[in-house]
Amino acid sequence: MDIDTLVEPALTGQLDFDAPVEPRRLEAVADVATPFVIELSQFSGPLDLLLSLIRDEQVDIYDIPIARIAEQFLAHIHVMQLDQAADYLEMAARLLRIKAQMLLPRNELDEAWEDPRAELVRRLLEYQQMREVVDVLERLGEERRGRFARAYVPQQIAPPTAPLALSLSELLAAIDRILRVAREDVIHDVIARPLDVDGAIATVRAVLALRATARWRDVCPPTSQPWQVLSALLALLELARRGELRLAQLAPFASVLISRESSSQAA
Amino acid sequence: MNPLARLLEAALFASARPIAVDELAGLDPDASPAAVQSALDELRETYDTAGHGVELVEVGGGWQILTRAEYTEAIERAQLAARPHRLSGASLETLAIIAYRQPIGRAEIEEIRGVAVGSVLKSLLERGLIDVVGRAEGVGRPLLYGTTPIFLEQFALRHLEELPRGDELAIALRTTIPAESPSEAAPTT
Repeated sequence: MDIDTLVEPALTGQLDFDAPVEPRRLEAVADVATPFVIELSQFSGPLDLLLSLIRDEQVDIYDIPIARIAEQFLAHIHVMQLDQAADYLEMAARLLRIKAQMLLPRNELDEAWEDPRAELVRRLLEYQQMREVVDVLERLGEERRGRFARAYVPQQIAPPTAPLALSLSELLAAIDRILRVAREDVIHDVIARPLDVDGAIATVRAVLALRATARWRDVCPPTSQPWQVLSALLALLELARRGELRLAQLAPFASVLISRESSSQAA
Repeated sequence: MNPLARLLEAALFASARPIAVDELAGLDPDASPAAVQSALDELRETYDTAGHGVELVEVGGGWQILTRAEYTEAIERAQLAARPHRLSGASLETLAIIAYRQPIGRAEIEEIRGVAVGSVLKSLLERGLIDVVGRAEGVGRPLLYGTTPIFLEQFALRHLEELPRGDELAIALRTTIPAESPSEAAPTT
């Protein structure tokens, strides 16, 4: 084919995409440009748009006037404000590259020349074939949609739970178990106990009245409650302050030695 | 009707999904495959000739009792059942490609459709119309998708071969997929 038939001279210099498009070539778009509100879903993709342009222009799919179609494509995606959509932009770039390749002079005798449009044509045909299948599926799906199957459920509903198989004695046994557990009182009652320092002083004095020395154990048996331990400790410190006894610990953690003060010993 | 046909009718009535022929045969250990088939034929004949409101349909490799199309509107008006939602154009395109080219990866689908199909694949997966059937050998081992029995059921197809073959379509083209993506020509300056 001759390159002149592929590329219209009027368009060859026009590679500036933002330049105003020629009114003559874009009548279809220009006529409806202002009230042209098209939903994105009208075309399911750039190939769909391209195919509809080819159909509207009634051009041969095997010999697409690429300059014209590319320009229409750009104008359409601009009108439809699809120029932000990557898929459409990618196709626009592809069209412009093919257009540029078509503009390159080539040797008529060059056998190896490959039509830059070939890949696009293949994809368009493939897409068109798929659209035919879509029509078939749409028809079949519509037919099937119109017939209900037994127990058709539009949404997945959780199956109802089976009724309980339970005897009265089992139920009573379960209630009994629960009540037994519930009876255990797990609530702690915290009661503040006052320390009995005076009582502990009396105990220490009583112990020291019998022996000259005593150990911590003697004034505070291991079974003592915390309040008794604290009372004993305070009693010892108090008596030591008054000079009634002497406290000594020979090594860390060793038992505390309690000895009568010599003066009271003398007494 | 013979007892086997009555048994099959009861089973088909109880099931919400199509029942495969071997499942139907399993209902009666003594029944031969031929007997099951003739019982199914008898049941279908009965529905068709005796003027029933339902029909027996072979779908997705199994059998299913469906209401007849002429009662759809009345049933839907009474809100006794609702039609499933219609698939979008994008979903149908994607489904058509998968049906013909399965197993097929996402990149090939996008090559044919010319748009990204990630969310469409997700919704088709959620509706159970397609499933992951494997992984390709290539870089990244991309997932491969194929259609499911639910696809056959929702389009009332007995099997995939019921779809028109490539050469039966008005646009005939080579069905082989190019091994590699189309080579990008060096940009002309």
